[in-house]
Amino acid sequence: MNPRLGIRRKLDYLIDKFFFSITFLAAVLVPLLLIGILLVFIKEASLAIQTFGFFSFILSPKWDPVFEKFGGAVPLTGTILVASIAVTVGVPIALGIAIFVSEVCPNFLKQPIRLAVDLLAAIPSIVYGLWGLFTLAPIHAKYIEPFLQKVFTPIPLVGKLFEGTLLGIDLFTAGIILSIMIIPFTASITIEAFSLVPRVLKESAYGMGATKWEVIKDVMIPYCRIAIFGGMGLSLGRALGETMAVAFVLGNINRFPESLFSPTTTVTVKLANEFTEADKDIHLSALFYLALLLYVMSLFIIGLSKYLILRVTQK
Amino acid sequence: MRERVLKIRKLTSAVILTITALCALWGIFWLFFVIFDVIRNGIASINLSLFLETPTPPGVPGGGLKHAFIGHFLITLGAISLGIPIGILAGTFLAEYGRNYRISKVISYLADTMITVPAILIGAFVYAIMVKPLGSFSGWSGSVALAIIMLPVVIRATEHMLKLVPWTMREAAFALGAPYYKVILQVLYPATRMGLLTGAILAIAREIGEAAPLLFTSFNNNFLSYDMSGPMASLTVTIFVYAMGPYDYWHSQAWAAAFVIAMTILILNFIARIILKGGKHYY
Repeated sequence: MNPRLGIRRKLDYLIDKFFFSITFLAAVLVPLLLIGILLVFIKEASLAIQTFGFFSFILSPKWDPVFEKFGGAVPLTGTILVASIAVTVGVPIALGIAIFVSEVCPNFLKQPIRLAVDLLAAIPSIVYGLWGLFTLAPIHAKYIEPFLQKVFTPIPLVGKLFEGTLLGIDLFTAGIILSIMIIPFTASITIEAFSLVPRVLKESAYGMGATKWEVIKDVMIPYCRIAIFGGMGLSLGRALGETMAVAFVLGNINRFPESLFSPTTTVTVKLANEFTEADKDIHLSALFYLALLLYVMSLFIIGLSKYLILRVTQK
Repeated sequence: MRERVLKIRKLTSAVILTITALCALWGIFWLFFVIFDVIRNGIASINLSLFLETPTPPGVPGGGLKHAFIGHFLITLGAISLGIPIGILAGTFLAEYGRNYRISKVISYLADTMITVPAILIGAFVYAIMVKPLGSFSGWSGSVALAIIMLPVVIRATEHMLKLVPWTMREAAFALGAPYYKVILQVLYPATRMGLLTGAILAIAREIGEAAPLLFTSFNNNFLSYDMSGPMASLTVTIFVYAMGPYDYWHSQAWAAAFVIAMTILILNFIARIILKGGKHYY
């Protein structure tokens, strides 16, 4: 045997091992980063965690850099409120779009509509934010909000939600912008899930005389409910972590919102506005504490949603 | 009686299906509203000096965003040269060497999850591991933050593309005595090059419009700088600062920057789609 061939083989073997190792290292970077982010946040937040504890931090509405008193109740509430508004408005619309694309619209419209929905996700959030600040907020302040106020204020209890001065820089505008941004996530996953419904199931329902809506409501939606939940969770996770689109139109005021038309703040908006200006260690640490809470919250929601989606699509 | 029930059921169905059509219109309406508004406001403020001139002192109208264009370009270049190779290698592990390992499934799932982690948190993380220890904001840390954002996108795209290549193709190469790395480098990458390119383009399109991760890393700079180890302006952060600022000419420059970014992203998306459609290779 040619001795050179032996060396060649050995070399190949070594190079292969080397290539294996670098691809492996690159892949392991993903879990390392995810855990690393968690550990770094815990370390950076430790000062605030020790000073304020857990419950007194998340329940205290005080955010006072001068007297070094920090509590996350307002931004945490704000985050959850804005995300809930976005999901309440956005998810039904996304489901409507999914139904329209999969069952109603003529074939030649399917691709263009899907493209349009995908592009909604491609527009960067800073562009949404800029547009929200200069275009949508004034429209809201001038036309939409006075109208809503006129309609709803006379109704007891519900009317409370629509009180306040109308500036357009408020919970409502932020929620609406986010609701547009999260449409693609629920919509595309639901469309995909609908396409997995066996034809036979639908045909048998039609055969029994069901109308189109009844087939959708009683056959397709129950069949896809796990994937739909996954899509909704993904939208929620997205809404919780969105920064730039909200930063422009929410006002960053550390006060509980009194109505849909009052400014408030969220975790992300607080981070964006105060992070580089925090000159005291405890202030920065409190911001990292908020980041930690948001990280855990969104990892949990996104992880769960992805798991649900994966379970359905890999069947 | 039965006929009336049937009529009601049919009517309900028709009404609800019409509502779904309105939902689709609603989505398309906002898309066009945003895009046209960005075009309308952006084109009005685009001129040559936007690209060629550095900013005037605050409050003095005129000047341009040359510093932000150059900063954005350099930061993006850094992010691409970090994120895409590492992403392709990791994707290669998941689809090839580690195909049968359980850990690969877990990593794919985690990468999927990582795609949706709030971008601003990545910025805070890079701030803690790079900016704080090194003592200064830097273009490099911005590149690292954006690379982390691109990474899971590239990984998933690479994995997906490689898995589309039929197994027989690898076997043919193995049968000729090729070691696995040669199969990957000389057979699989060339076969999937269009797919890998598409994945890279989509990852760039995703990362190029990010502002949140740059706020705490590359920060901002009012002057033209080519120094990646110091704070650097970027288009997206400039949009944020200018839009929140008090001057009208700042606002119109922010619109112009948003126009450039949005159009770049739309074009990148269309290029990716065209490549995918036109490719006769394994996508």
